[in-house]
Amino acid sequence: MSKISSINDFVIKFGNVNGSGSASANQMFAKGVFRSGIPVSPKNIFPSNIQGLPTWFEVRVNEKGYLGRREGIDIAVAMNPQSYGQDVTELKQGGYLIYDSSWKRDFGRDDINILEIPLTKLCVQEFTNPKQRLLFKNLGYVGLLASILEMDKDIYISLIEEQFKGKEKLIEPNIKALEIGYKYAEENFKDLCDIKVKKSDKTEGLILTSGNDAAGLGCVYGGATVCAWYPITPSTSLAESFEKYSEKFRVEIGTDKNKYAFIQAEDELAAMGMTIGANWNGARAFTATSGPGVSLMSEFIGLAYFAEVPAVLFNVQRGGPSTGMPTRTQQSDIISSAYASHGDTKHIMLIPSDPKECFDFAVEAFDLAERYQTPVIVLLDLDLGMNDWSSKEFDWNDLNEYDRGKVLSKKDLDGIEEFGRYLDIDGDGVPYRTYPGTHPQKGAYFTRGTSHDEYARYTEDGVKNAEILTRLTKKFQTASSTVPPPIFNQEENTSSIGVIYFGSTDCSMQEALDNLQNQSIDVDAMRIRSFPFNLEVWEFIEEHDLLFIVEQNRDGQMRTLLMAEGGIIPDKLVSILCFDGQPITASFITNKINAHISGAPSVAAS
Amino acid sequence: MTYIVKPKNHHPLLEKNELGLTRRDYEGAVSTLCAGCGHDSISSAIVEACFQLSIESYKVAKLSGIGCSSKAPAYFLNQSHGFNSVHGRMPSVATGAAMANHELLYLGVSGDGDSASIGIGQFIHCARRQLNMTYIVENNGTYGLTKGQFSATNDLESKSKYGDDNLFPSIDLPSMAIQLGASFVARSFSGDRDQLVPLLKAAISHKGFSFLDIISPCVTFNNHNTSTKSYDYIREHNDSLSKPDFVPLGKEITTNYNEGSSIEVPLHDGSLLSLEKLSEDYDPKDKITAIKNIQESQRDNKVLTGLLYVDPEAKDLKEILNVSDTPLNTMGTEDLCPGSEKLTEINLSLK
Repeated sequence: MSKISSINDFVIKFGNVNGSGSASANQMFAKGVFRSGIPVSPKNIFPSNIQGLPTWFEVRVNEKGYLGRREGIDIAVAMNPQSYGQDVTELKQGGYLIYDSSWKRDFGRDDINILEIPLTKLCVQEFTNPKQRLLFKNLGYVGLLASILEMDKDIYISLIEEQFKGKEKLIEPNIKALEIGYKYAEENFKDLCDIKVKKSDKTEGLILTSGNDAAGLGCVYGGATVCAWYPITPSTSLAESFEKYSEKFRVEIGTDKNKYAFIQAEDELAAMGMTIGANWNGARAFTATSGPGVSLMSEFIGLAYFAEVPAVLFNVQRGGPSTGMPTRTQQSDIISSAYASHGDTKHIMLIPSDPKECFDFAVEAFDLAERYQTPVIVLLDLDLGMNDWSSKEFDWNDLNEYDRGKVLSKKDLDGIEEFGRYLDIDGDGVPYRTYPGTHPQKGAYFTRGTSHDEYARYTEDGVKNAEILTRLTKKFQTASSTVPPPIFNQEENTSSIGVIYFGSTDCSMQEALDNLQNQSIDVDAMRIRSFPFNLEVWEFIEEHDLLFIVEQNRDGQMRTLLMAEGGIIPDKLVSILCFDGQPITASFITNKINAHISGAPSVAAS
Repeated sequence: MTYIVKPKNHHPLLEKNELGLTRRDYEGAVSTLCAGCGHDSISSAIVEACFQLSIESYKVAKLSGIGCSSKAPAYFLNQSHGFNSVHGRMPSVATGAAMANHELLYLGVSGDGDSASIGIGQFIHCARRQLNMTYIVENNGTYGLTKGQFSATNDLESKSKYGDDNLFPSIDLPSMAIQLGASFVARSFSGDRDQLVPLLKAAISHKGFSFLDIISPCVTFNNHNTSTKSYDYIREHNDSLSKPDFVPLGKEITTNYNEGSSIEVPLHDGSLLSLEKLSEDYDPKDKITAIKNIQESQRDNKVLTGLLYVDPEAKDLKEILNVSDTPLNTMGTEDLCPGSEKLTEINLSLK
């Protein structure tokens, strides 16, 4: 029997029943590996369901820090008979299958190693509470894994103690459950598994957190005071993160009152209306949603664009409408976010690639929204938003001051003859605004979605309206020089071939670039981080003859946006597209690039 | 250009309020609504109410949706910031604005299309959340700007100007508002200034969600013989519950109602709403009686007006959410940012 053998480099997949408490145990397994000093990338692959359907949890462990999804499973922890078939099929030759042998099964494969543990029977023997009997199976297999991977068991004991801090009664039975699996494995599976976790130091300077959690924290640091939102997967945990950190850091000493307002709106339209109302009145406000929510918010987004009201919107992208695929990941709202709404509209977009950048861009989004008095859309995706990532630590400079943009105070108003809300005084396309209630005689104006002149007066004069539209374009051009510039993989371009990518594909791209280099294929790479596109983006495209654009959508939306905004010849831009709801892998990217360069481009995109 | 600025010349002997301002100081641009439109009478009543209350215009935010009614905020309170938002969505914009700064007075003007159809969800939830604002529906039973379609507040037996029957029953916004938890609910008629001005003053002074349904005939599309929202119909069928008088904080009560026939409602800010009872079983603090009164008058083809319901003690949204007394829009980095030390702790907790 062949056995996969590796140290600190493997993929483990858990097959569970959703609603059985498995996710937190699986999360704990991943965190234990992270605490052993090895970067991990846990991914929860879950159904649109509360209880009873198959759910999976995949963890890639990689000492080199490759965090993208990798095909092929080395260890399968199959705890759901419903999905045994799929779970066993995905397992690589020489891989390890762990299953609950309380009910024995023949899996029909003799090229894998099967580790049988009668978890249900063991838990029934040890626990009397029916709920505990079910729940503790999860920690049982975590204990088993700690043993066969030769991990430090104490790491898990301290994780249990931390998790149940304040509920001390639960610590002892949880540790007992861990020990059940650990002891069983020590007695039965000694030297059976050749995959090992060896302590390392590769997580120094890293944290394990999700993009949504990071972005919610970024909103607290960025000075947001109003969050109006409507529950929608996969963005809900972003709003909840803001609430969690606000409860911790935003309560007034003495009065116990909140320095924030957290409002669950009746729908996404209202969420956006509240966000706009609060920003109009000088508070930093945001909403978090996903594609369908953006569709509903679109009328308001246009109003904010045209009336020049700041607004921050997080769009955590998912796999399309209704339920089902929406619990899977995609980058398929590029066009609908860039041009959201009716009439001539375009919006600043920020596209982070890891939790650290989610935090930073959340902070920056408020500065940009107020500086340019316009909606800013931060584009995450389900994979980045909801899964934990081994990310760089957050950092903050205490000298940072919020950029509140061009806002006139009472004193400022005293010093000017006549206030014109939409006058381009500085020639950068950005006008001055006032908050309601600033000055008894000056600075009041009427905010309208309908056409207005420079003094915010209603007008149906088409020429006036065209002037305002032209100034809005100027404002957008001004913004292109201050939005986050692209990140280049190389100091100087050395190839005629370039790769463009963005967002959460970054991790798989880094691995793909290393693979290509090992194959002596030279490509330059650029990660786009914002829209409008900066000058550097156009220069990179100009300097290459052929460019691959890596995206997680069907239609090559970023490619379309580049062609539309820059007049790029379509032939020059070759799409590499993954849209099956799974995060893209390095081998997928490498294979596509190889195939194209060798002159045999595959017909189907994905 | 349909924006017409009024000339600034004032007569030197115009009456002045406590702030030394005249009624002219509370006006807006020249109205572009049809001559005789009920909405203009409401704008004029708002000017009067704000003048009498000596309100500082710049501490008022005027918000509206889309429609004839929603154009109205341009025609009063020149020195206030205004926000003409999108159709049916004024309540959400007002909610966000009020969360940013609870110290301003929020005056929302909407119509029956805006609030009873496209924006009914936002109206419902705004009332339910008890946002501290005055919410006015200028109710004419028709879509004016799109030329005379029925609105959802139009009565079942009513006919359009062109003779079409209205096939669906009307939505009664005050009944809904009471059921949803609005703490001040009144109905009035744009042509009854004596009732409207005191009700507006009380609504503005009330803390919580003040809802005013004001029947406001549309002279162009809904003022014919077979309309139930015409001037003549409302004058004939107006069934007033009470004759209101409003006494601002610290003022002497000078109303001359007959003894025993009046009800006094002290409002949160210390002012007093005094009502002469015109109906025997009238108690404005009782929800059930209020809804019963409305339904009985509907059955009798009457339009019940006056203060329908008030709960002067209700909590508003700011209190429910326990939001700081310092307006959120005045807070800076030092108030809002937890700083680098806390971030280091957070980093440690994520290892």
